[in-house]
Amino acid sequence: MKNTKIEVKDLSLYYGEKQALKNISLEIPRNKVTALIGPSGCGKSTFLRCINRMNDLIPSVKITGEMLVEGIDIYDKNVDVVNIRKKIGMVFQKSNPFPKSIYENVAYGPKINGINNKTELDEIVETSLRQAAIWDELKDRLDDSAMGLSGGQQQRLCIARTLAVSPDIILMDEPASALDPISTSKIEELVHELKEQYTIIIVTHNMQQAARTSDYTAFFYLGELIELGKTNTIFTKPEQKQTEDYITGRFG
Amino acid sequence: MNSQFPINQNFTKESLKKQFRLSEFLAEKIISSIAFLSITIIILIFFFVFKESLPIFHFGKSEKAKTEVSSESMPESYGSTSVEDLKPESYGSEPKEDLKPEAYGEPVSQSDLKPESYGEPVSQSDLKPESYGEPVSQTDLKPETYGDVVVEPLTETTTKDSSISEENQHQDKVAENNEGTDQTWSTFLTTEWVPVSNNPRFGLIGLLIGTIKVTIIAMLIAGPLAILAALYTSCFASKRKKEIIKPIIEMLAAFPSVVIGFFALIVLATFFQNIFGYDSRLNAFIGGVAMALAAIPIIYTISEDALSAVPKTYTEASLALGASKWQTAFFVTLPAATPGIFAALLLGIGRVFGETMIALMATGNAALLSSNPFESVRTFAATIGAEMAETVFGETHYSVLFFIGSLLFIFSFVLNAVAEFYVKGKLIKKFQGK
Ligand SMILES: Nc1ncnc2c1ncn2[C@@H]1O[C@H](COP(=O)(O)OP(=O)(O)O)[C@@H](O)[C@H]1O
Ligand SMILES: [Mg+2]
Repeated sequence: MKNTKIEVKDLSLYYGEKQALKNISLEIPRNKVTALIGPSGCGKSTFLRCINRMNDLIPSVKITGEMLVEGIDIYDKNVDVVNIRKKIGMVFQKSNPFPKSIYENVAYGPKINGINNKTELDEIVETSLRQAAIWDELKDRLDDSAMGLSGGQQQRLCIARTLAVSPDIILMDEPASALDPISTSKIEELVHELKEQYTIIIVTHNMQQAARTSDYTAFFYLGELIELGKTNTIFTKPEQKQTEDYITGRFG
Repeated sequence: MNSQFPINQNFTKESLKKQFRLSEFLAEKIISSIAFLSITIIILIFFFVFKESLPIFHFGKSEKAKTEVSSESMPESYGSTSVEDLKPESYGSEPKEDLKPEAYGEPVSQSDLKPESYGEPVSQSDLKPESYGEPVSQTDLKPETYGDVVVEPLTETTTKDSSISEENQHQDKVAENNEGTDQTWSTFLTTEWVPVSNNPRFGLIGLLIGTIKVTIIAMLIAGPLAILAALYTSCFASKRKKEIIKPIIEMLAAFPSVVIGFFALIVLATFFQNIFGYDSRLNAFIGGVAMALAAIPIIYTISEDALSAVPKTYTEASLALGASKWQTAFFVTLPAATPGIFAALLLGIGRVFGETMIALMATGNAALLSSNPFESVRTFAATIGAEMAETVFGETHYSVLFFIGSLLFIFSFVLNAVAEFYVKGKLIKKFQGK
């Protein structure tokens, strides 16, 4: 796989005594959508949170191995975690807009990066909301609280908020799992458009969603990476028996 | 139908019939009646306080009689020497002293007056026919004074003094007749608080300014400190640190205010005097610092709860955007906890506003008009605390103190109402969108 964005070497993660990720090694390509699938509790979210070091927030977590982004080990002592997260954005399973106005939600990222010019901020907010395909719905109510939006709108607002800090990589943890079919398809379309500019890693429960949106698919099982390959291949003729069983719905 | 559980619920009219659940019914009734009771008690307290202050709202004759009674009973209360000892500061400023030389000059002779006027009711009746209505109640009220002054035989001096006092009483009477009950009222908006004199003045402005000054100083100190401390424990401190710090500060909330007052009186006053070099050792600043000590634990505890209640998902979202820890704390967690922190500040203000013991011990208790934070002040609550024990039931001074009590009540009520319905809404809008 040429044009590798992220390279993971022998990564293990422990929650206290319990090992949640077991010697994961994989490569994630640039400007593609990679889907992580697998049954609940297999460590998909845990792995995703390793990529932008969100697991640092959990005191009991211990990580071994290497996580190279553009060839740089992000777990190196000299790497600043804040700067990592600026380049690697994250959209959470449960939409979590700030209890602020819609405008402030999107402008928050740029503001903490030192952009205070109103016209500049306006532009960033509009561009980000347009990219997240939600500008037309929200442009007249930018001062309203984000908490009053529907679940689908909130999630797209969260995507816009992530885009506003112009990351390289966007991590999405089951972004559509709590949404209705229409909102889900909007998010999927969005993912499709965004991969032009960003490297996207998306965790999903939903086989069809993985098949529809992703270029590559990784199958996790019990904290191990079973298989990673082109989505087409994984869904038509997977190499591993376990993958086939899972995809055909025989377990999971 | 599954019968694996002993619960057998059939969909029949019988089983779905409305049931009367006695325990739930009782529990509900008990809860509501207790709630109702506590609300009633709060209201009753207010009405009692207010009721005691009512006489000053009475205009016309009855009030006249009251004022005179009080002017008459004033010297009585002077007879007991304790009055002077208890609040020397309020008499400290000179102009006040000038105003009541008679009262101050010869306390002994004044106490002598009483047996006099007691012995010769005729002369008294000449002077004040109206006061005749309640001579009995008067004697009932202050039996101790009479007990003390059994020594009657000082005939010569008494006559002299009585002639002076007769003149005074004459003057008083004239003044009262001219101004009527408005006298009490009109003095409210003045600055002099001289409740115990032949010409009592109840200027509330000085007290009001004192109260506000101390409150502002205390809140300027306590607010930022407590909120920053709360922010630290909820956002930065490790779990173990938090488990140690929080209970300790919460224990401080139950610290007796008399101890804090004592500490301020002995330690803080000297300490800050050495730093700032002001003249009056006890002043608004010292009082403010001491009250801040009392208010910090309250503000801290409640804001800490509010900050900890902010969902972790907000923090995560902010961190995932590349915000640092303190940016997250200041720009996400703090605004999200606005309502709770606001409530904490209000409670803090309430505590400072009504704090009596610390005010009494650390503020100097002189109702001066000044914007200088290093001048002595006298607060509403301290005034009540200091003087209530020495007033005579039913007298104007007594009523005015209760009126001040009502004012405290009303102030905090208005403050809370405005904060709740106006400021809070605005703040929330500002920080959290419409
Ligand atoms: N904060 C945590 N502390 C301890 N164990 C955790 C924590 N988060 C997840 N786990 C455990 O790690 C395993 C993987 O969880 P997760 O990554 O959330 O799975 P997935 O997202 O694939 O459903 C699960 O067994 C879960 O119980
Ligand atoms: Mg998950």
